[in-house]
Amino acid sequence: MVKVMDIPEEEFIYPGTRACAGCSMALIYRIALKALGPNTIITVPASCLTVLHGMQGFCTTKVSVYHTPFATTGAAASGIVASLESKGLSDDINVVAFAGDGGTVDIGIQSLSGAVERGTNFIFACYDNEAYMNTGVQRSGSTPPGAFSTTTPEGKTGYKKNMAKIMEAHGIPYVATAISSYPLDLYEKFQRAKGITGSKYLHILAPCPPGWGYEPKNSIEIGRLAVQTGFWPLYEVIEGKFILSKDSRRFLDASKRKPIEEYCNSQKRFRKISKEEIENHKRYINDLWNEIGQRLEEI
Amino acid sequence: MPMTDTKKDYQKILGSVQKPVKGEAGKTGTWSSKKPVIDLEKCIPVKSGKASCFNCWLYCPEAVVSRKIPPEIDLEYCKGCGICMEECPVKAITMEEVKSV
Repeated sequence: MVKVMDIPEEEFIYPGTRACAGCSMALIYRIALKALGPNTIITVPASCLTVLHGMQGFCTTKVSVYHTPFATTGAAASGIVASLESKGLSDDINVVAFAGDGGTVDIGIQSLSGAVERGTNFIFACYDNEAYMNTGVQRSGSTPPGAFSTTTPEGKTGYKKNMAKIMEAHGIPYVATAISSYPLDLYEKFQRAKGITGSKYLHILAPCPPGWGYEPKNSIEIGRLAVQTGFWPLYEVIEGKFILSKDSRRFLDASKRKPIEEYCNSQKRFRKISKEEIENHKRYINDLWNEIGQRLEEI
Repeated sequence: MPMTDTKKDYQKILGSVQKPVKGEAGKTGTWSSKKPVIDLEKCIPVKSGKASCFNCWLYCPEAVVSRKIPPEIDLEYCKGCGICMEECPVKAITMEEVKSV
């Protein structure tokens, strides 16, 4: 178990970035870089993270960052890994692709799937703010049902793509879900991923103050609610073995979970959510945890 | 522009190698009029004299809080989001109006 004092004090992001106040993506990136260390090459598609890295001529991070077009994050990471392997440096340098939910579940999925299928030795981290926040809150495949976006003004219909499960189906050695509100858990997961050879995938929920409609100071609290209501279970799948993370373990018991209404009412994007959709959310959470229970029994 | 083979000129033409700087978006401390103020009488590491807690340092998305006793906040770049105030377990941090940074 990692403690606060175990996390390195060295910062890899300089303060004064273009990220919004209270941005949980900035926190995820900061903690991830601490876990990965200075010998890291990051590749980033068009996303909020590009905004954080700043304008032409300047950069905000101490590590190397390679900006790629939207659809090619996985392919670019593959290329970086191949060039490092040819130079015999692949053991010393971590290659990490950091993409938003659009760059992972919608536009970036083919290059990611290809890179993973080739067994590229890299980490793919998706910070999921559940819409195209950088361009002004358009719906993505990762937007939850009932949520407002500028392209779904009455709330999204359908479902949220379960990307972690899609990546699990690729049979890769490490898949994990995490959230910005539990940075120690996040740090531990990045460290674990760093030590495994092969393709690693992390799906990290990133609450977004302007997109979700809440006060910036509540960024951590909203994320905690997502875990406490059971909407976002934290788990790892290492070599096919399912492990429920410590912070999510007590919510296996349905009576310990907070009502989903509490999560929905805390954000303006759910203000038009109907009763049926709330029921759908409840059913979704129930099914999700029943499945988790079954998977834990199998071990 | 004629192509030359010195590294510096390539950088000038392509602009591919970028300089890491503090405050890429300017002095982000000006984004908010409210700034966190730590009450050192309540702050856990100050009271106990031991390196512990540091929730303000851990949760700060902007990396402006230092892990020192007492914790220091770089107000020049603090965007005033208030996460440190929310996450402080003993409510030692309050957001106060600051006229100029």
